[in-house]
Amino acid sequence: MTSIIERIRKSNFWHFHGGIHPPEQKQLTTNNPIKHISLPKQLILPLQQHIGCQGDLLVNIGDKVLKGQALTQSSSPMAVPIHAPTSGIISAIKKSVIAHPSGLSELCLFLDVDGKDTWRQRKTCRDYTQLSHQDIIKIIADAGIAGMGGAGFPTHIKVNSKSEVDFLIINAAECEPYITADDLLMQEQSEAIVDGIRILDQVLKPTFILIGIENNKPQAITALQKITKNIDKINICVLPTKYPTGGEKQLIKILTGKEINSGSLPIQSGIIVQNVATCFAISDAVINDIPLIKRVVTLTGQALTNPQNLWALLGTPVSYLLAQTGFVDETIDNPTITTLPAANPPVIMGGPMMGYSISNELVPIIKTSNCILAPSKVEMPSAFDNNSNEMECIRCGQCSDVCPSQLLPQELQWSAKAKDHQQLTKLNLFDCIDCGACAYVCPSKIPLVQYYRIAKAEISQQQQLDIKADKAKARFEARKLRLEKEKTVREEKNKKAAAARKAAMSKKNAAGETANSAVAAALARVKAKKEQNKENESQIPSGDEKSQVKAAIARAKAKRLAKSNTNNKEINELQVTGNEKSNKKVDESHVSNFEQNNNAKDKPPVIYNEKAQKENPLINNAAIDRKVRIAAAVAKAKAKVKAKKQQEKLAVINNEEQNQPNDSRPDNPKPNSETK
Amino acid sequence: MNILIAILVLGIIAALFGALLGYASVHFHVEGDPIVEQLDALLPQTQCGQCGYPGCKPYADAVANGEAINKCAPGGEDTIKKIADLLGVDVQPIDENHEKDKSATNNLPKVAFIIEEDCIGCTKCIQACPVDAILGAAKQMHTVLIDECTGCDLCVAPCPVDCIEMRPIPETIQNWQWNLNKIAVKQVG
Repeated sequence: MTSIIERIRKSNFWHFHGGIHPPEQKQLTTNNPIKHISLPKQLILPLQQHIGCQGDLLVNIGDKVLKGQALTQSSSPMAVPIHAPTSGIISAIKKSVIAHPSGLSELCLFLDVDGKDTWRQRKTCRDYTQLSHQDIIKIIADAGIAGMGGAGFPTHIKVNSKSEVDFLIINAAECEPYITADDLLMQEQSEAIVDGIRILDQVLKPTFILIGIENNKPQAITALQKITKNIDKINICVLPTKYPTGGEKQLIKILTGKEINSGSLPIQSGIIVQNVATCFAISDAVINDIPLIKRVVTLTGQALTNPQNLWALLGTPVSYLLAQTGFVDETIDNPTITTLPAANPPVIMGGPMMGYSISNELVPIIKTSNCILAPSKVEMPSAFDNNSNEMECIRCGQCSDVCPSQLLPQELQWSAKAKDHQQLTKLNLFDCIDCGACAYVCPSKIPLVQYYRIAKAEISQQQQLDIKADKAKARFEARKLRLEKEKTVREEKNKKAAAARKAAMSKKNAAGETANSAVAAALARVKAKKEQNKENESQIPSGDEKSQVKAAIARAKAKRLAKSNTNNKEINELQVTGNEKSNKKVDESHVSNFEQNNNAKDKPPVIYNEKAQKENPLINNAAIDRKVRIAAAVAKAKAKVKAKKQQEKLAVINNEEQNQPNDSRPDNPKPNSETK
Repeated sequence: MNILIAILVLGIIAALFGALLGYASVHFHVEGDPIVEQLDALLPQTQCGQCGYPGCKPYADAVANGEAINKCAPGGEDTIKKIADLLGVDVQPIDENHEKDKSATNNLPKVAFIIEEDCIGCTKCIQACPVDAILGAAKQMHTVLIDECTGCDLCVAPCPVDCIEMRPIPETIQNWQWNLNKIAVKQVG
C-alpha cells in the first residue's frame, strides 16, 4: 500500500484501458457562478429518486408542509426518504412523467409553493466530531442522501460498512463533456465539501483519502488544495482528462491500480468511492441539519442564450429551469402543450454521452440529475435526426480499443441483435457501464449502447420470468401434493363410513325384519315433513343471500343466452304449452304412465313412495290403490316443477330484456325488483 | 479341443460381465427419468393445460415418452426450439390447435383479475387455479395474487358470473423494455 501512496504522491498514476477524448464544451458554463433562482410555483416530487424502493407516504393531499419536512419514511434499508424542498401545500398525489428514458409516469407529490420558504425546526451541530458512528449514519439516512453522481445508490448503506476501508476515494473527475456542476460546487463550497469528507473519514476510518479530479478544473483544484493543505490524510490527485475517468471502476484503477472483479463491489477490496456532491450533501445534513432538497444542475447547450449552473430545488420542472436560462420554445408560454413535438429542439437529461432525451418538459429534477443539455442543431446534429444512420459493422475494432471495461463491443452487438442471451452473458455484458465510448468512435454510426441497454433489460426481464416460473412450479407441486393428501384422507373417511354402514345394516338384519318396514315408513314420513318445512322456509325471503346468488347465476346465464334471445323465448313458450298438454294426458292415463316410468328409470318403488310423500304427506301408505295414487302424484309434481322452472326462466329473460337498455349490472340482483 | 477352450473362456467372460451388469443395474439404479426434469425446466410453468396435460410436468413426462414437442402455447417457438435442441429432434412449427391468438393484444403477458363487486364467493376459480394464486373462501369475495398468477386462463371458464377477466400486466419502470422504435431515444455525442 505504501508503494501505491508513493506512486500517487509522485503523480505517477495507472491507466485504464481505452477511453476517448470528446470535445469538452465545459467553457460554456465554467465562468459563471452558480445562480440562485426564484421559487417555482409548483414542485413535482417523485416518491422514488434513487436505486431501490420508494418510502411510505407521510402526508396527505391538502397538508401544509414546511421546508425540510420528511414526506416519506423508509420502511426498508434500500428506501430513502424525500423531503419538502420548500414550504407549501400538497395539492395532489398522482402519477406524473418522471426523469426516466421510458417517459413513463410514476407516483409523484405535487407541492404548491407558498413562497414563504419557512423552515421546520432545525438542530445545527457545531461539532460533528462529538457524534457517534451510528448517529452520523442515521442522520445521513434520514436526510435522504443517495449517490449524486448518477446511479443514486443509498449513501447510508455504502457508508455503513463493516469491513476495513483502505481507500476513501472522492470522485471529482466529472469526466462527461458539458457538465460542470461538481466543478462549480468545488470552487464555491470547497470548505463544506472538505467537512463532508472529514465526516466520512470519521465514520469509515480509511487509511488514505484520495480526491480524484481531472486536470481540466484548475480553479477547483486550487480551491481544494488551499483548504486541504494542512490535512495530511487527504491527497488531491490531479488526473489527465479522459472519458470515462469518472466511472467507479475506472477511477479505482487509475488511483490504486486495483481492478474490481466482475460482479464484486469495491468495498470487497477495501475501497469506497463517493461523489463530491454527495460529500457536500453529507456536510449540509450533519452540520446544518439540511436534508437533501436541492442540488447544482448544469444547464448548457447552444440552444440556451444563458447557459449556467443553477441551484435547483428537487422537483423543479425542467421547463422552469430552461426558462431561467433563456431557452426559446413556445411550449413554455403555453403550459397546455406538454409534449415536445418532433420539430422542437431536443432536451437531454444527463450528459451527451450517457443522457437520454426527455419527451416532456414537466419532468422534475431529482437527486441524480446533474445536467440538462439543450443542444443546437450545429452542435449536435444527431440529436435532431430521428432516423438512425446506422450502417453495417466493418469490423474495424475501434470500439474494443476504447472500451474502458475491456469488453468486445462488436461481438456484443452481434449477439444482442441475435438475442443470444447466453452468449451475451458469456461476453460479460453486465460489466458494460453504458459509457457510450464505443458508439462515439464507431465509423458506421451504430448506436451500440442502445443495443446493450435493450439486451440488458431483456436479460433481467428473463431472469425475473425464470424466478416466477420456479415459484409457479413449486406452488403447482405443493398444490398437487395437497390434493393427493386430501384425496387419500377422503377415501379413508369414506371407507370408514362404509364399514360403519355395513355393520349397522348387519345389526339391523339380525334384529329382525318384522319391525323393519314399520320403522322405515315412520322415518320416511318424518323426513318428508322436514323437507316440506324446509321448502316453506326457503320460499320466505329469509334466504336472501341464496336468492341473490341464484339471481347472479341466472343473470350470467341469461347473458350467454342473450344472442338467441327471441328464438329461445318462442321455444320456451312452445315447451310450456306442450308440458301443460302432456300433464293432462298424464293425469288421464296415470296407471300405464307409471308403469312406463318404472320400467324406463328402473328404480324401486320406495323412492316414489318418498317423493310422493314429499308432495302430499297425507297419502296413506296403507291405501288400497297405493301404486296408482303414487304414480299420479309423481307425475303431477314433476309436471308442476317443470312448468314452474320454464316460467321462471321466461321471467328472467323478460327482465333481462327490459333492463338491458338501462343498465346491465343493477345494484340489486333480485330479478323481480328490477322491473319495478 | 481348442474350440472348446475358446467357447469356455468366452462363456466364462460373458457370465462374469452378465453378473457385473446385473449387479450394477440393481445397485446403481437411478430413480426417475432425468430427461423429464430437464424438459420440465424448459417449459414456462404456467400450468395452463393448453397442451392437453394437467400441468407442465405431465407434459414434460409425455414429451419424454414420445409426445409431440409443439403443443406448448405460452412457451411458443422459443420453447420448441429449446426442447428440440435437448432431444435432438427437428424443430416443428407450433401445433395449430395449441397456437395462441396472434394479435398483438393477445401476446402481452396477462394476469387474471376478479371484478370484486360481481364475485359471489363460489370458490370455483380457487379450485381451478393450478398455482393457488386465488385467495378467498366460500361466500367471501375472492381476489387474485398478481405476483403468483401465471396467466393460464383456467379460472375464467368455471366462473358462474363471468367476473374474472384477463388483464395485461401494466408497464412500470421495473418491467419496462427499451424500444427504439417506440420512443425516440437518441445516443448523442
